[in-house]
Parts: sequence; structure tokens; C-alpha cells
Amino acid sequence: MSRASSPEWWPRWRRFKDRCATLVISTGGGVVLFTILMLFVFLIYEIMPLLRPATMAPQPPLALEDVGAPAWLEAEEYGMLTFILAHDGTARFNRIADGSEVKRIRVADAGQQLVAASRRGDGALALGYEDGSVRVIRGSYSYTIRDGQRQVKPELDYPWGTAPLRFGESVVNRLAMGLGSELMAVQFASGELALWRPPVTTPVPEEGLPAPQPSPISLGVQPGAASLHLMDDNRWLVLLTAAGSYQLWSLMEAPVLAAEGQLFSNAEVLTASTLLQGDLSLIAASSAGGLYRYLVTGRGESGRLSRVRSYDTAGVVIDRLLPEHRRRGFLAFGEGELQWFHATAGERSLRAPLALDASATVALSPRSDRLLLVDEQGQVRQWLLENAHPEVSLTSLWRKVWYESYDEPAWVYQSSAASNNYESKYSITPLAFGTIKAAFYAMLFAMPVAIGGAIYAAFFMAPSLRRRIKPLVELMEAMPTVILGFLAGLWMAPLVEDNLSQLLTLIVLLPVGVVVFALLWSRLPLRLRGLLPEGWHAILLLPVIAGLAWLALALGAPVEQLFFGGDARSWVSTELGLAYDQRNAVIVGIAMGFAVIPTIFSIAEDAIYSVPRHLSQGSLALGATPWQTLTGVVLPTASPGVFSALMIGFGRAVGETMIVLMATGNTPIMDFNIFEGMRTLAANIAVEVPEAEVDSTHYRILFLAAFILFVFTFGLNTVAEVVRQRLRARYGALG
Amino acid sequence: MSVERKSLYLGRRGGIAHWFRSGEPMVWLNAGAVSFALLSVFGLLWLLAWHGLGHFWPRELLEFSVSREGELYTVLGEQVSRERVSTDQLRAVGVRTSASGKWELRRLVKRGNRDFLDTDFAWLLDSSIVEIRRPRAVMRVERLEWGNLYGRLLGIEDRGKPVATTAAADEAATWALFQALVAENEVMRAAIRDLEGEEVGRINFDMERLRLRERRLALAGEALPAELAERRRALEADYEVARQRLLTLYEQSERYSYRVALADGREVTLPLGQVVRAILPNDMGVLSKLNYYRVRLWEFLSDDPREANTEGGVYPAIFGTVLMVLLMSIMVTPFGVLAAVFLHEVAGQGRVTRVFRAAVNNLAGVPSIVYGIFGLGFFVYGVGGELDRLFFPEALPSPTYGTPGLMWASLTLALLTLPVVVVATEEGLARVPQSIREGSLALGATRAETLWRVVLPMASPAMMTGVILAVARAAGEVAPLMLVGVVKLAPTLPLDGNFPYLHLEQKFMHLGFHIYDVGFQSPNIEAARPLVYATALLLVVIIALLNLAAVALRNRLREHYAALDAPV
Repeated sequence: MSRASSPEWWPRWRRFKDRCATLVISTGGGVVLFTILMLFVFLIYEIMPLLRPATMAPQPPLALEDVGAPAWLEAEEYGMLTFILAHDGTARFNRIADGSEVKRIRVADAGQQLVAASRRGDGALALGYEDGSVRVIRGSYSYTIRDGQRQVKPELDYPWGTAPLRFGESVVNRLAMGLGSELMAVQFASGELALWRPPVTTPVPEEGLPAPQPSPISLGVQPGAASLHLMDDNRWLVLLTAAGSYQLWSLMEAPVLAAEGQLFSNAEVLTASTLLQGDLSLIAASSAGGLYRYLVTGRGESGRLSRVRSYDTAGVVIDRLLPEHRRRGFLAFGEGELQWFHATAGERSLRAPLALDASATVALSPRSDRLLLVDEQGQVRQWLLENAHPEVSLTSLWRKVWYESYDEPAWVYQSSAASNNYESKYSITPLAFGTIKAAFYAMLFAMPVAIGGAIYAAFFMAPSLRRRIKPLVELMEAMPTVILGFLAGLWMAPLVEDNLSQLLTLIVLLPVGVVVFALLWSRLPLRLRGLLPEGWHAILLLPVIAGLAWLALALGAPVEQLFFGGDARSWVSTELGLAYDQRNAVIVGIAMGFAVIPTIFSIAEDAIYSVPRHLSQGSLALGATPWQTLTGVVLPTASPGVFSALMIGFGRAVGETMIVLMATGNTPIMDFNIFEGMRTLAANIAVEVPEAEVDSTHYRILFLAAFILFVFTFGLNTVAEVVRQRLRARYGALG
Repeated sequence: MSVERKSLYLGRRGGIAHWFRSGEPMVWLNAGAVSFALLSVFGLLWLLAWHGLGHFWPRELLEFSVSREGELYTVLGEQVSRERVSTDQLRAVGVRTSASGKWELRRLVKRGNRDFLDTDFAWLLDSSIVEIRRPRAVMRVERLEWGNLYGRLLGIEDRGKPVATTAAADEAATWALFQALVAENEVMRAAIRDLEGEEVGRINFDMERLRLRERRLALAGEALPAELAERRRALEADYEVARQRLLTLYEQSERYSYRVALADGREVTLPLGQVVRAILPNDMGVLSKLNYYRVRLWEFLSDDPREANTEGGVYPAIFGTVLMVLLMSIMVTPFGVLAAVFLHEVAGQGRVTRVFRAAVNNLAGVPSIVYGIFGLGFFVYGVGGELDRLFFPEALPSPTYGTPGLMWASLTLALLTLPVVVVATEEGLARVPQSIREGSLALGATRAETLWRVVLPMASPAMMTGVILAVARAAGEVAPLMLVGVVKLAPTLPLDGNFPYLHLEQKFMHLGFHIYDVGFQSPNIEAARPLVYATALLLVVIIALLNLAAVALRNRLREHYAALDAPV
């Protein structure tokens, strides 16, 4: 069928097809554009929650009968139950949903009044009675799933036995329970301070049998405590008085008073104090609105309480502190407001009005998602809280932080450890530093080789040779980095360790040897020199360089004898005082340098080669030597292109993963020592992301690392691209 | 330009100071940079080839008499390397050496027999070696487990009863019988593998599908039809049959055993069923060595890995790499080409297009690990998790697509290589002269027809170049794959005889990751090292071939359209 005789719908069909094609193509372009945007947006979407402030939403209050102001209040894990302990010794569990009572147990005999309660660690609660006896209880919950609904059954445990333990006749004034409920510190109204260890009990002591009495250790009469704290796996006991003085007892062996002093300067008075999760940090608030974090530094008798950080309460005097159960965060109440801090991040993530009477009791649920408050009237008020990633703030990511168990502030990246109590340390700085270090040493090696090679290939090399060298370099660019990394880690690292002096000799010998050879060559008779075609120096040098490498290997041993006392490896550690890792920055520098040489070479070569010829020809015609022409005319013109080549090469080195992963020990250290390794942002992602729990802080930190890499390399490439565009325009104008 | 510039200069012979001032040494230094780079590339390739290809060659077996602290003992094995080591270093690690000098030579000997000695490699100081012998009748046995065995064949037993011994002076016959049994065993092992892989694999696969179907029905609250139970019974019966056959085969393969004298004088009896192949390296001619080399090279390319990937082949890794790269090119080509056509032919050349183009170009410089983490977060956990909730609720909580796998790996790499295809295709489109488009439009063709019939065919070699370069890049990329789908050992290939034949959700093996994993995560690195070199060489060869193809294609394209570039 010829087009001329095509039916009348034919043109319309063609127009339709044309429109369809445009649509399909535009859709394809749109999808690609969308994907690129998605890459950017998704990374931001994953890291945004890190910086989101906390929220607090009030829930309808519950009215419970005959509660009064309780002695103790806590919330069960899933926010289903409250546990309220009244001063008269009634312990009761109520449903949060409707206020109905689930269970009621008396933990005091009739007429006994509870005077102190303190809870630490595994949820054990120490009760002190007016008659000087103590008892340890613990609310425990068992769960069953019925019809897809979680059911909870509360129970009360007595880890130290059901019968109260009696020590003195005096009234219990203050109590502290150690981690794992293995130690209790008690101060009586008489001022006597004592330590108790738990009696050895059968799991469920039989009714009626007298509980075995533990033997308490008396620490003598001490000033009246406002609070007692057992810190760091019961290694320390801290006694704080209302006046703001402290006593630090070391409990490692026989208890000994390690230090005494004032918490605050001036005449400030202690208004509140608490330990944070892990029992390593003490938070204390002063009457002047100060809020400080203290750590115990040193060991044994030389232990000291050091103030490591202060928190900005905006002048509010804090009179109540409430620690989180699973994080180093705490709530601070005072002057009718609530402030939420994280001890490590140091930032306030929430500030909200909340009046708290002296007799009211507050509790945080174990997951920090619910705040309960019982006031004098027995009304239970509650709020839902949300604060997903309080441990991260801009300052804690980049600045030095004084972590627990450290003697000074430091940049630390350590995302996990064996201990449960461990606080993850997310400082991006060591990773960024490692990234820059690796890229720096790579550029140190790559720059001279790549730029020198590019200059020669573009300006001096014979065209026939250049046509062959270029594809070879492109081929080199496609070399999988996993192979370079493998060779670097398994072959080169041990080789370099054994042949340090040989490597050093090679570095010195190569340029010197080439120049000496060139000098000798220039003294040869013209007839001989004429045999070498123009621009084939590089080929002539191949055997020379191979020979020099062999010479360096042979000279290595004498050099080692002469300069390094026979063993360069130990010379580095003894004479220079530098640590030596087998997989270090030298190895990374060489391997990664090798990976970026082709990139830099080919872009720089393009830039130099495209310098309009009449410029160099003019210069040569005026009598300049080729080298003078190059440095005076060609390079200044091409320098933006060379610069952009370096930037692109640097960008590649920054993002390279496999080489760094395989050729270093991946320790996140902050040391520019060339003989030590590093951990880079990229390698860190590769190592840790498979283990990171989805949507955890750790996971988002890794996305943040990816985002930093993305923005950095994208920016670098954009700048390089702009520079190249400008250069192209300039060449166009010159030509 | 280089031709005219130096002839002036060549004849002049000034002083050394003048020579330095002229900048000539700098020219030489720059030339040196090129030579250095060239030498490094060739050195690297030579290193890979030497170690990688040398591994398959049967090395001579040496018997060393070594004296240590007055005691004499024998080591039999292959000498792997020889190096210089400082005596201080030796003393530091507690080695007693009699040498007086500062340096000592030592050899690394692969002595195998991991089941009888604690390590299969030993360092021997040259000063401690009393004698080196090359015994003729020592054999090197490759086994399924415990690595190589080195020793002398003493005899063969059939269920504990000796059937042949070398002591009866019938060495050659015993050896021949041994080889025959090994060959027979090989056939049996292939049968077992077939049965386990295909028959049992199919039954397991059907069982799992049946389980999921029952679960789906249960979730929907429907009653289970009787045919399901029947089907299950049938499968169980099939399984029983297959199991019986396997048992018989196993029993047969366990029938024979062989007695070996080890270097230290011990005599041990080992199952013959474990032998992969055995040779007498010191008794082989060049031809039989070549043949052995061919067999082992082929095994490397075509067989499954053994012994935590330190022995055997890399076939699943080659397969996985190729399949992943194929899937990736299927995904990246249409989108890359569409985006390029959109940028060059459809969109107006305004600021937005320029920004878009720059963004695509710059994506090429974004580190691959960023794509990896994006793939993991967005594709695997995001899209994959959603797919699971919508289409595979019966398999939950074990994820189907919500876990790293072949599909997500290909998709992530498609994203990674998108800029390569876009840039190459655009370059090709730009080479098509405007006059040709105008000619086509002037003849009345619509824009779509011009594109489809004139422009795209002319730009097709450029597209091909782009795709090949993308494939080359993808084949060598490892970092993102570690997050979105590769594993060190995949039990089955992602392509098999079970419906739907191509299992996009499966994890797969990859040559690049294989290098990383075997080289760095292997418990016995020394034994695995030659195989890593061989794998690296294979990967380099594949990528070099792909790149050369791209270069050749590009050159052809340039020639083909050289005439078109001429001014009209």
C-alpha cells in the first residue's frame, strides 16, 4: 500500500504515534529525573528524624480511688499498666486504658510507713521502713498473646526474700540500690551509713521461714544525705548532701573514702540529682539554675568526681530529675516547666510547661514513650512522648564529647560493643578525618604521576604513541577496585612492611635516576640520540625505570643498615615513635592513587591537549624552549582543566570503598600518621549497614554519612564541571 | 606539535647548568611518570597472571629432612615461596635459629594433610634443612574435605579388606586401580549431585510452595482443599524414593578406602569417596602435566566452590555476575536511552535541561556505596517490604522481596550506571548531523518517525558503547552489591528448572565479592590466595574484553560517521 493511497485515518494515526512517542520519551526522561531527585530526597528523608525535636501529647487523665500522693510510681513496658506504691505500703497495678485495678499487694505490715524508695538497674526497688528494716521488691510482668492482643499479668518479686531485713533500730533515711540489685547502701536517720549485700536465698523463699540476715558493712556516721548513688557496677558510692557537698567512696576492695568536696562553686545548694542509665553518670542540679554532669575518673583511692558538662536550662532552677530507662537522657522539672536533655548530645530536645507539686510523683515508661504523673488527689495524668534520636546532635556529631569511662573529651566513633550498658558513640569527625587522610595520601601519590604523565602525553608524546597510550589508560580506569584492594591488602601490605627502606630508596632513586639518565643521554653524540624518535622518551625510560626499581631493591638492605640501624620497621616505632600498622596509609595511598591516576590523567590530558596550538607555536617561534612554553603558556591556560581533573580525582578517592576496606585495618583513629590506618565514611557504611537495625540511630547515622559523601562528591563534580565548561568557552574564544 | 619543537634544540650542547635551565630534565621526569604508570599496569597484570595461572600447574613435590633442636623430621609438600627474613624478627617470635647472620632464608611449604597436622602450611628455615629429596612415588590427592593430602599410596581396601597393595611390588597396578576407582567415584558423585540438586531441590521447592499456599488459604480464612493434602503425600512419597536412591549411592561411594603413608611415617586409612583427583606430580611428563592443567582450569571455570570457597571453581560466581549484569542492562538501556533522547531531542535546551544534564553527568562521580545504601533503604526495605506485605503475606515474617536479592542488586547497579548510558547515547545523538534530521522532517516524516528510522539507528553504536561501558563498570562494582544482594555462598543458582525459572528474589554470588570474601574473610587465607589471584585475573579479563569491545565499537562508529561530520 503506497502512502499516497493510504486511507484517510493514516495521517491521524501518524500524529497519534508521534504524540505517543513524545509522551513515552518524556515519561522516560521524567522517570530518570525523578529517580535522581529520589536519591537525594530519600537520603534526606532518612536522616531528618535525627534532628527532629521531641514531642509531647497529653492524654486523658485517669482518676484512681484512694491513692494519695504515692511513694513510688512506674509504668510497665508497653504502657498497659501502672504500678503505684503508696506510703502506707500498698502496691497496686492499674490498667492505664481505663484505670481499673488489676492487682493489689501489701508490702508493709499494718501501721508501717514507707520512708524511702530507690530504684536502679534491673527494676528492683528498695523499700526502707520507719523501724529501720529494708526490703527489696520488683514489679515483674509476664505476657501472653491472645487473639493477636498482648495480655499482661503483673507480679511482685522479692529478690532479697519476702521478709524484711533488719539492721539498726533507727529510721531509714536514704537508700540506694546497686546494679543488678547486688548491693544496697542505706543511711539511717542517725547518720550511720551502711552497705548491704543480698542474702543467699532460694529463688522462692518458703513462707514463714526467717530470711537469712545479710551482714552489713558500716561506713560510720556521715553527714545526712540528700541522696545516695551506687555507680559503675557498684564500684563507687556517692553521698550528696543538700548543701551541695559530696563524698565519693571507693568500694572496689574495702570501702574507702576516696574524695570529698563541693559539687558547685559559690554557695549553691543541691536541688536534685540522679544517675543516668548505665550508672556511670551523675546529674546534679543547683539552686542557681545550674545543671551538670559528673563522671568518676581515676581508680580506687585516686577516684575523683569530675564535672564534665553543663546543660543550659535557660536559668530555670531544676528541682526534680527523672532518668530514662534505656538511654542517657533525662527529664528535668522546675519552675513549672519540663525540659528534656540528652547527657551525651547535650542538647535540650523539649521544653514544655508542666507544673509539678512537691508531693506529686512522676514516672517514665521504660521505652520513654509515656510520662505519668500522680498528683495529691490521686489523679493520674499522662502524656505520650516521642524522641527517637536524642543521642545525636550537630555538636555531638562533630565536636569532642566527654564520654563515660573516658578521661577527657574525645572524638570517638564506636557504634556497638558487647556490653548492654554500652553507650554508642557517633562522632562523624574521625570518619571524615579518615576519609580526607586516605584521599590526601592517594592524591600525594597520584598527583605527580598523573599530572606529569598528562603533561608529557599531551605536549611531548609522539602522536602515534599517544593514540595507543590513551585507550590503555582508559582500560586501567576500568580496573575493578576490589582487585586493587585485594592486591594492596594481601600482597603489598606485607611486602611494604618487610621492604620499607627499599620503598624509600625507590622514591628517592626514581626521579634522581631518571634525571641522571637524561643527563647522560644528552651527553651522547647526536647521531646516537637521533635514533630515538621524537616523543618516545617514555618507551626509552621503561627499561631504565625497571632497572632503577631493581637497583632500589638491591640497595635497600645497605640503606637500611646505614640509616635505619638494620631494621626500618622497628626504626619507625623506636626512633620516630610512630605506631606501625601493616595495612596503613602508605598502602591505601598507593592503591587508591593507582585507582585515581587514570581519571586525573585523562581529564588533565584533554585539557592540556586542547590548548589552541597557535599559542604554543607562537611561544616556540619566539625562542622559548618547549618546557618554557609549557610552563609559561600552555599550563597557565590549561590550569583550570588540570585543577578540575584533580578535583574529580579527589572526589573519586573520597568515595572509594573497597580499597580502603581491604587495605586498612578500618580503625576510626584521628592520627595523620602515614604508618597507621583509618576508617573512611564509605568503608564504614559498607562494614556496618548490614548489621544496623532499620530506622535506629545507627542506621540513620550511616545514611548521614552517605549523604555527606553524596553532597561532597556531587558538589565537587559540579564545580569541576563548571570550571571545564568555562575553559571550553575560553578555548573557543582563543581558537 | 611535538615534531617541530625539538629539532632546534637537539643539536645544542650547552653546559649542565644550561641543560637544567632549559627544562629538559622536567620533560624526562614527565616521561618517567608515563613509563612508571605503564610499568605498574603491566606489572599488576603480570602479577595476577603469574599467581593466578600458576596455581593450576602441578608443582613438584619435595621431601625435606629438617632438623629442629637436634631432632630430625620429614616434611613433604609443595614449595610455595621463599623469602628473606631478619633473624631478630625470628627470635622475637621465639624461633630458635642457628644462623649467625642478620638475615635468613625461609621457605613456605604447603604440606597439606590438615586432618593430621594442625596447619597445612609450614615455614622451613633453610639453615635447618638437612636434605631435599624428590621422591617419585609420592602423590597429591585433592579431597572434598580437609584440603590436599600428600603421601605414598600403600593399598586399597574394599570394606576393610585389602584388594591391592603396593607392597606386593605391584605399584603400577595399584595406582591404576586407584585412578579407576576415583573415576568411578566421580561418576557416582555426579549422580548424587544431580539427584540432590534437581530431584530433591524440586521436591523441596514444591513443598515450600505448598506450605505457602496452605498458609495463604489459612490467612484468607478458607478451608484447605483435600487435593493439597494429597499433593503433599505424593511429594513425601517422591522424597522417600529419592532418599532411598541417595542412600544406595552413598553406600556405594563409601565402599572403598585407601591406605596412605604420610611423611612423618604414620599410616592412615581414608575413604576413597572423598577423593576428587590424585596425581603423582614427580612422575608426570609435560604432556600429562598440561592435561592436568587443562582439567583444573576447566574445573575452576565450571565447578562449584569447595571447602569454604578455597578450592574448586567459581562457576556460580561467574553465573551470578553475568546474570546480574544482564538484568541490569535490560533495566538501564531503555531508561538511559529515553533520558538521552529526551535531553537531546525532545526537551527545549533551556536552563532546566542544562541543570538536568549536569545532574545526570555528576551522578557518575557519586560514590558507589551511596547507591548501595540507597538501594538497601529504598529498594530493599522500602519497595521490597511493601511488595511483601501486598503480595507475599503468607511467607511473612520471613521476607521474600524485602531482603537483598538479585532484582535489587540489578536495579541498584542500573541506577549506578545510568549516567554512563545517558552520556554515551547523548554523545551519539550529538554526532548525528542536524541536516539529516531536517532532511527527514522536510520529507514529511513526523518527529517520532525521524527519531525511530533515522536518528536512533545512526546513534545505535553509541548506545551499544554506553551499554558495554555500563556493563564493564557494573561487573567490577562490589561495594553496593555487598549491601543489596551478594552472598559468599548461594546454595542454588538464581536460574533453574523450577517455576518461575528466574528467581529474582534470590541472593547470588559475584566474582568481585568472591575476591573480597575469599581473600579477606576466609579462615585459611594462605590456601585460598592462589584462587583469589585466579578469580581476579578472570574478572580483569572479562572487564578488559568488554572495554575493548566498547573501544572497538566506538572506533567503528567514528569511521562510519566520519563522512557525516564533513561540512555540508
